[in-house]
Amino acid sequence: MTDLLAIGTRKGLWLARSDDDRRTWTVDGPHLLAQEVAAVSVDTRRERPRVLAGIQYGHWGPTVMWSDDLGASWQETDHGAIRFPEDTGAALARVWQLRPDTDDRPDVVWAGCEPHSLWRSADGGCTFDLVRGLWDHPHRPTWEPGGGGGAVHTVLPDAASDRVTIAMSTGGVYVSEDRGDSWEPRSRGISAVFMPDPMPEYGQCVHKVAVDAGGPQRMYAQNHFGVFRTDDSGGSWTSIAEGLPVDFGFPIVTSPHAPGTAWVVPLVADMQRVPPDGRLRVHRTRDAGESWSEVGTGLPDRAWTAVMRDAMCADDRDPTGIYVGTRDGCVYASADEGETFSLVADHLPDVLAVRAVRLP
Amino acid sequence: MSVQVVLPGVLADLAGGSKHLDVEPAGTTLADLLDELAARHPLLGRRIRDETGQVRRFVNVYVDGDDVRFTQGLATEVRDGAEVQVLPSVAGG
Repeated sequence: MTDLLAIGTRKGLWLARSDDDRRTWTVDGPHLLAQEVAAVSVDTRRERPRVLAGIQYGHWGPTVMWSDDLGASWQETDHGAIRFPEDTGAALARVWQLRPDTDDRPDVVWAGCEPHSLWRSADGGCTFDLVRGLWDHPHRPTWEPGGGGGAVHTVLPDAASDRVTIAMSTGGVYVSEDRGDSWEPRSRGISAVFMPDPMPEYGQCVHKVAVDAGGPQRMYAQNHFGVFRTDDSGGSWTSIAEGLPVDFGFPIVTSPHAPGTAWVVPLVADMQRVPPDGRLRVHRTRDAGESWSEVGTGLPDRAWTAVMRDAMCADDRDPTGIYVGTRDGCVYASADEGETFSLVADHLPDVLAVRAVRLP
Repeated sequence: MSVQVVLPGVLADLAGGSKHLDVEPAGTTLADLLDELAARHPLLGRRIRDETGQVRRFVNVYVDGDDVRFTQGLATEVRDGAEVQVLPSVAGG
């Protein structure tokens, strides 16, 4: 059994493998050198795992590329996997998220993009269709770009229903109960300190949302200030930030097995965006945010860096592995649910996304 | 009418490995030329222009040595025998 960790950076993709139960890692790369890889995913539903990368050529524009041989070769669609229809007058700026759907929808892959848009592929990520229900939503003109650009950055398809949950910076959380045909905001209770009404119905700068292992009705959100939980699929959100040293950050990750378990990486905000006192640490809750514990032995004490929204992930092993990539090009892995970390790679370009899977 | 397109090395692979292409556009503007180029080499076309048809921000196109951003853009006339050069701008880091 091999564990694979895909590492998307500002200047390429690296693939790390472990064959000894995540104790040591061999790092292979760079792949796609000089191309920004802001979104990466490994689709293990296929006969051969497919690495999907949302890339930005720099001068030459963004697209989706894929590899069915773990990086040995890369493919892209001639006319572009993601192309805004002519009537929109829009052009793809960046692919922020690539999310394979559930096992019983084996060819469906979702993409969250900039400008704010959601896309659905029915052919494993080779071509995508714009989800018109979101693009035509009357709220869309009011969704402002955050500092990194305005985008759908989180896509959470539900395995048991037609529900799809997305999160945007800015815009907040929106839910569709009909696979994308119609959408409604589900951000009540999440704050927006940059707006005249600090508790709006929508418009929040939600940085990341993750679903609890106990069921899709419970989700967690790392917000631009504040960490929140919903127990009713986004109908209402309550703060769970008490117990954290600061309430700003970008990623939030949940356990695939243990209900109530989630991890965040607190950063001092708003302008600094570095770990408190430079100590890079993960904070973990085991009780759905009622309390938090600092964990992360092995993470650095002098790390004036940051962890981006997709630069932390969990694997599906038991105990759960946690992976953290930093803007100063380091990647750390934990095989014990965040208690201890070891260095997988350093001196990479800024790490933008990490995803861990088990290879068959 | 025939126009010579000169590509940077990084784009040549998308045009069969050649940095110099002879293209016969259907019309007389730069847009016509790039349409023909994209029809022959779709990946190359996408590197130069986005899906709205605009030349990408950090791509510069010169017609007979003139940067089209300072002439007529995509409506710039391209004469028979012209040289159209595609270059990446000074950007990155």
